[in-house]
This record gives sequence, structure tokens and C-alpha cells, in this order.
Amino acid sequence: MLDAQDITVRYGRRPILHGVDFRARAGAVTAIVGPNGSGKSTLLKAITGEIDYQGFVALNGRDIAHAKVWELAAIRAVLPQATPLAFPFTVAEVVRLGLSRGIQAGQSDLIGQALARVGLSGYEARFYQELSGGEQQRVQLARVIAQVWSPVEDGSPRWLFLDEPVSALDIGHQLEVMQLARDYADAGGGVVAVMHDLNLTAMFADVVALIAEGRIIGCGAPGDVLQNDLLRTAYRCDVRVNTAPANGTFILPHAARMAAE
Amino acid sequence: MAMLAQDMTAPATPGDRSGRAQALSAVLLGLLGFATVLSLAVGASGASLWDAMLGLLSGSEISARDRIVLVDIRLPRTVMGILVGAALAVSGAVMQGLFRNPLADPALVGVSAGAGFGAIVAIVLGGLLPVSVAATLGAYLVPVAAFVGAWAAMLVLYGISTRRGRTSIATMLLAGIALAALMGAAQGVLIYVADDAQLRTLTFWGMGSVAGATWGKVLAAAPFIAVSLAAAPFLARGLNGLALGEAAAAHIGIPVQRLKNASVLMVAGAVGAAVAVSGGIGFVGIVVPHLLRLLAGPDHRFLLVNSALLGAALLLCADVISRVVIAPAELPIGIVTATLGGPFFLWILLRQRGILEM
Ligand SMILES: Nc1ncnc2c1ncn2[C@@H]1O[C@H](COP(=O)(O)OP(=O)(O)OP(=O)(O)O)[C@@H](O)[C@H]1O
Ligand SMILES: [Mg+2]
Repeated sequence: MLDAQDITVRYGRRPILHGVDFRARAGAVTAIVGPNGSGKSTLLKAITGEIDYQGFVALNGRDIAHAKVWELAAIRAVLPQATPLAFPFTVAEVVRLGLSRGIQAGQSDLIGQALARVGLSGYEARFYQELSGGEQQRVQLARVIAQVWSPVEDGSPRWLFLDEPVSALDIGHQLEVMQLARDYADAGGGVVAVMHDLNLTAMFADVVALIAEGRIIGCGAPGDVLQNDLLRTAYRCDVRVNTAPANGTFILPHAARMAAE
Repeated sequence: MAMLAQDMTAPATPGDRSGRAQALSAVLLGLLGFATVLSLAVGASGASLWDAMLGLLSGSEISARDRIVLVDIRLPRTVMGILVGAALAVSGAVMQGLFRNPLADPALVGVSAGAGFGAIVAIVLGGLLPVSVAATLGAYLVPVAAFVGAWAAMLVLYGISTRRGRTSIATMLLAGIALAALMGAAQGVLIYVADDAQLRTLTFWGMGSVAGATWGKVLAAAPFIAVSLAAAPFLARGLNGLALGEAAAAHIGIPVQRLKNASVLMVAGAVGAAVAVSGGIGFVGIVVPHLLRLLAGPDHRFLLVNSALLGAALLLCADVISRVVIAPAELPIGIVTATLGGPFFLWILLRQRGILEM
């Protein structure tokens, strides 16, 4: 269980998040959606302890403000929106950075398995800095899943926090990565993902939190949150939510004109 | 699936260069052994020292003169070369990991200048200290002052060039230039007030040399360098993680603030002591780690150890060169390392022009 209460974040004096309450449960994929600059990454950084916040965040019942970084690293891994790398590491060496010394060092094949899971088998000896943007993002994802490989450890769930895991990917790899998140949750782990693609969100998420201007304006099942009115308020453009006969919701821009203020 | 089966039968994980790095350690150890013998054998007083060395090792009698040359001149000089070379190279590697860029070098970005300033303050103004303090510190006064100077320079440098967990390479280099200039000016003022005897010490010292090595100097520097080098391996995993940036490093469980503090202290201890006894020897800290990264990758678990070995070997070789080029006179070793290292540094810049735009 992730429980974040009354989270306020300021950069300088400018408030970015205004007393946000956010919950996510293990066994579910929870998506955070909203327009650029609405505070999605900021919320993710607060609940992973990366930036200072006012309020309270507990992960698996533990106040993260009082947990050591290595204790947190044992139960959750974080994929940032972008990860520049300072030195010419190979792909295998990058993925190994995610492996903590004690717990998983023995599982030598984990690197290969994690890379296979993101469709990068055979990339082990390539140089990270010479990969394409989408390939780099998938290497980082492999590093992140290697860090918390088993979704449940000693009876308590582990967590993936992903900031735009599929934004740089083609449609085939988008589905592959979303399925990875889905499987992780189905196996008992928790997944919190910042998303831009509302259709993928509708397909794969169990819970959607919609953020606009630093406030959550809708939270619940995709069918309840991904509604014409709410989306228009958040994104300031006209979209039409449709329901396909078998596959649930899909969302299309209604017309090329912006909604009136 | 075929891929997976292949991986399991393969001797090593592809893309894992740790085997190569360990083999390199063995080669470098051999190189260091060779350089050590060379450094003991070569010098102004002639080739008979080969025999003297063999004699000393096999326990037979050697002449008093040979014994003095070997035990009181060349041996401390060689030990000093090993200590200083290892200290500078490992400091360079740690700084590069800490600043996340391959151009950080103690001499290049003002850390050595900070240490030098501390050392000069101690040499010139040490006499003003209360006798009790001076007596307690004794031979350690200059290394301690150099350590404090290097530490302050590191803090200023890191504070200026790193914002929100990101280091601007251009800012770091420029801050280093400013810092070095400032320290140079302050040194100038102190040199102005120094008396003749102090001035001779300073001039000799400032050119960068291990020629004046005595057992006393070795013993003054050794504890600082030994502690720093012993601490370095504990930084390795953290520095690897730091390559992902500070935030990602914390997410994989690295206590980033503690790592940074420890790295700064480690570099200050090693550079401070090295500069205190040998003056400014440049480029070792940048050339050695860069070569090693090309050969066996940037994994700090091996890079730091190998830097110590290659740094020591390289400094001994440079010292031997400095003894023979214009024999019987000697070239300051700083000139040798600058002559070799300067072009190498330019070569790095040309290979990676893009790096300054980061
Ligand atoms: N380091 C920072 N300093 C100052 N302001 C910041 C900083 N980081 C983010 N902000 C501001 O906070 C607001 C929210 O940023 P955030 O990164 O959370 O947006 P986001 O919802 O993730 O957007 P995107 O979809 O573009 O990733 C933005 O207005 C941004 O300008
Ligand atoms: Mg964002």
C-alpha cells in the first residue's frame, strides 16, 4: 500500500502541488495522467522521497521520511523521465547497477532475463551511450525491474514507480512494456506510472488519477475518470471518449480546435 | 529462448568487462614491479647499483656509499613516487566519478592549488603558531595544512559547479581556473613576505618533484595517503551509481550525501598529502583513469585499484625520465608529466568535443 496524504510541494515560493492525497494498492496498476507541467513528475518525486514535501507518505506502512535509502531501494525501484549516463558503460553494466549487493548478486542470469523482458536480448555488450533514445529508456527499465525482480518479497509487495515508461517507445514496445507492468501487478507487486497516452492507460490501468494544475481532479477506475468533461477541464481541448464493443474505452481528439476558455 | 540457452553456456556475461579489468590489474602489478626496480637502479651515481641492489637482497655486504644511495636516497624517493602517483591517480578517478565527467583532475580544477596554498601558509607562517601547536603537529604541519586547503577547494568547487544534483562541466572547469588563479595570487603574497630560506624551499617545492624525498617526508605523507587509498574501494559502488545522477543513485540505495562527503575528504587527504611533499604534479589524475576506462570500462570497483597501480607505475617512470634526460642534472618531474600529459589532454578534448556542451 502506498499512502500519500496532503502532499504540498513548492519550488521556491511557487506551489506546484496543493495538498494532494494519493493512494495506490499492490496488485494494481495506478496511472497518473494530466497535461504538461501539471505536477505528475513532481508527485512521483515526492512519493519516492526524491524531493522535499510537506505532508505524509507511507510505503508498505512505513513513513518514507524515516526510512534509509537502501531500505527503500529494497522495496521499490524508480524509472526517471530521462537518465543521462556519465561514463561509457555497456548495457549489461547499466542493468547491473540496479542489482543490490546482497540480495540478488547471486542471480547472475538476472541481467539477461531483465533485458529479455524489455525486448533487448543480445544488447548486453553494446555501449549505452550509442543506443537510440527508446532503447536507452528500455535499458533503464531493465535496470529498474532487475532491482525489484520478484514482485513480492517476504510476504510484502514491491513497487515500480515509472515516469513516462512508454513515451519514447514505438507501439509494439509500448504494449510490451505496459504488459510487463500489468504482469508485475498481477503477480502481487505495485505499479505507479505517469502516462500521457490515455488509450494505453484505459487498456492497462486499474486506477487513474487525473492531475491538473497541481490538484487531483479525478481518481478512480478508468471508465469513471476518463470522461469527456473531466478531460476537457484538464487538457483544455475537446476529446471524445468512445467505447468499442469488446475492448473498452478509447479516446480520440474530437476536432482540431481548442476548447473555449 | 535459444539466446537464453546460449547465455548460460557462455563463460561470462556478454558486456561484463570485470574479467578483463582483473586481468589488467595483474598486468599493471607487473608493470609497477618493473618500474620500482627501474627507479631503484637508475640514477646519477651509476650502474653499479644493480649489483648493490642484488647484494642487498641476497644479504651480502655492499659498500657504505651504495647503501646510503640505495636506502636513504633512492628507496624513499621510490616509495614517495608510488604514494604520490597512486594518490593523484585515484583522486582523479574519484573526482571524475563525483563530478560525473572525465575532465576533473586535482591539478586542473584548483584542488592542488588549494593544497599548495595550505602548504605555503604552513611553510611561511608556521613559525607564528604557538610553540605547543607546532610541536604537536611537527612534521605533519604541512600535510595537514595542505589537506585543509584541498578540502576547502573541493567544497567550493562542488558548491559552485553542482546545482540540483547536476554538474556543469564548463562551470567546473571555469571555477577551477578562477580558484587556481586566486590561490596563485595568495601564494604570491606569501612568497613576498617569506625569508630567504623559506623562499628556497618554496621554489624547489613549487616545480613539482619527488627528488627531495626523505624518510621523514615519506612518513609525514604516508598516513594521509594510506587512509585515503584504503577508503577508496568503499566508494566504488556508490560512484558507479552516481553515474546515473544523484536522484537515481539514491533510488538504487546509495546514501548520496554521505558518499559525496566521503569522496571529498578522500580526495582532500590524498591530494593534500601528495602536494605537501611533492608540489604540483599535473595530469596523472586525468591521464591514468582515462586510459583505464578505454581499456576495461568505467566500473569503479576495478578502475580505482587499477588507477592506483598505473598511477604509481607512471609516476616512477616519469621520475626515472626526469633523472636521465639531462643527466647528471635533473628535470623537475612536473615538467615531465606536463610534457606527456598536456598533449594527451588535448587528444581527449579533440576526441570528445561534444563533452563541453553538456
Ligand atoms: N526543478 C524545478 N524548479 C522549478 N520549477 C520546477 C522544477 N521542476 C518542475 N518545476 C515546475 O513544476 C511544474 C510541474 O512540473 P512537473 O515536472 O511535475 O510536470 P509534469 O506534469 O511531469 O509535466 P510533463 O508532462 O511535461 O512531464 C512545472 O510548472 C514546472 O515548471
Ligand atoms: Mg514529467
